[in-house]
Amino acid sequence: MRRRYFDHIAATPVHADVLAALLPFVRETFGNPQSLHSDGQAALMAVDEAREKVAALLGSKPDEVIFTSSGSESNNFALKGLAQAQQARGKHLVVSAVEHPSVLNAAKSLERQGFRTTVVPVDRFGRVDPADVEKALMPETSLVSVMLANSEVGTIEPVAEIARVCRARKVLIHTDAVAAAGAIPIDVKALDVDALSLAANPFYGPRGAAALYVRKGVRILPLIEGGLQEGGRRAGSEDVPAIVGLGKAAELAGERLEARRAEAVALRDRLLAELPRRVERVVVTGHPTERLPYHASFCVEFIEGEAMLLHLDMQGISVSSGSACTSKSLKASHVLLAMGLDHALAQGSVVFSLIEGTPAEDVDAVLDAFPPIIARLRKMSPLWTKYLQEKK
Amino acid sequence: MYSEKVMDHFQNPRNVGVLADADGVGQVGNPVCGDMMTFYIKVKGTRLADVKFQTFGCGAAIAVSSMVSEMAIGKTLEEAMAITNEVVAEELGGLPKNKLHCSNLGADALHAAIQNYKDRQVGFAAPVKTIEEHEGHEEECHCPYCESPIAAGGETFCTACKVNLIECPACGGITKAGEPCLHCGAETKQA
Repeated sequence: MRRRYFDHIAATPVHADVLAALLPFVRETFGNPQSLHSDGQAALMAVDEAREKVAALLGSKPDEVIFTSSGSESNNFALKGLAQAQQARGKHLVVSAVEHPSVLNAAKSLERQGFRTTVVPVDRFGRVDPADVEKALMPETSLVSVMLANSEVGTIEPVAEIARVCRARKVLIHTDAVAAAGAIPIDVKALDVDALSLAANPFYGPRGAAALYVRKGVRILPLIEGGLQEGGRRAGSEDVPAIVGLGKAAELAGERLEARRAEAVALRDRLLAELPRRVERVVVTGHPTERLPYHASFCVEFIEGEAMLLHLDMQGISVSSGSACTSKSLKASHVLLAMGLDHALAQGSVVFSLIEGTPAEDVDAVLDAFPPIIARLRKMSPLWTKYLQEKK
Repeated sequence: MYSEKVMDHFQNPRNVGVLADADGVGQVGNPVCGDMMTFYIKVKGTRLADVKFQTFGCGAAIAVSSMVSEMAIGKTLEEAMAITNEVVAEELGGLPKNKLHCSNLGADALHAAIQNYKDRQVGFAAPVKTIEEHEGHEEECHCPYCESPIAAGGETFCTACKVNLIECPACGGITKAGEPCLHCGAETKQA
């Protein structure tokens, strides 16, 4: 059985051109970019070239890009590094309720060092209201962090507007663009953010390759201290193959972003429109239009996400879910709860995220396979029985 | 993640359904916890002539319900009352640790149905009660920070990672006292 993969948000395959670009740096050009000999300098050139490519994707200068090992590292680096560098101004942070755990938990870690955090809410589509950010700002606020797009519900946040609010109050703003980079156009100058996290894997680069953009002139303290790699802001010998892979992936993403987007949007919209049409009591989660092109997410009432996931898996379809039962902590997704969904509905979470080259027939296969699975699980659900009785 | 036996019961659950003329009905769980089970029993003499169930929940919850129904049919009420959640998990070839307290409540639901039957026998038109906190809840809780089991009896201190734990007033999740909730971000008070 051919697998049909709808879990972009968990992992994507590395693009063949990316693999081809990075492989020579595993064994052939293996030098350390910090070495002065030719082997080292060849590696340094490759790192510099990758930095230019990432900068081109973001509309930044190359020396504003710091390579890291993961989106989570970039987020931790931004929160801790910027907040600590701005301590003289104050020790108050503002984050949204739907941030990735690497932002929320970094903020919590800062709280143990005497920082305070205000968590701003989202509406039922998962959107932050810039006015709420403005209300949360205090004289001692030094940093705001609101993601560019949410991976669980696909919602794109009004970061440029939030940045305007921050700029007027001279507060730094960071955005987690891990889910957005490579999927929607990003221009750090237009967004007017001070820092931005991205990772290679969501746009078909290798895992273990990520970056943090930090606007020139903004002070950040290193998270990893040691040598003078990355301008002294991130120590540790450069992972040259990963960095080269990130660079190549950024180049490919930039070149094919528009074409890829149109293709993904068509399939996404078919899923978003068709599933609720074919099955009653299925709701779309996230924003109907302001959402990632590859992302379709739902809550199916009266049944639970893990059971759906397992049945889809047995039919060769890979998806993810934000239900409590699929999480290690056994808690429903903080994103869905922040959007005001009740626990029972959040339990029915199912997320389809398309990867490049997902054939239209795979979407048809989902639309054929999924409704009978829902019917089967509902037939054994006491909540569904109750609903049918009340309907009568 | 799941044993073959769990997957078999999940894929082909036995005894799914509603008994319209049930002699006893029992319900356990709530959607916050993730799983809800309703058991229906038919009693002939002292034995369970038929058992049916409906379950809202994950793969483990469905498999557990199915296994309990299979184990219970034909047993005397006394024997059925002796089926424990632990025995059910064993019969299924084990369950993942984090599913033990949340999804493994089939025996509780069966016992609730039998109790409901007994109540009806003595003449009280007993309403079907929903047990939200099932047996062994505290014993099976795990610290959300280090996954160590948390001691029984509502103890709220994780001895493994030395964290004061409370139930978040907003979402009910187990989180660290005095810090924004790990799960929903709500403010919590110092324990």
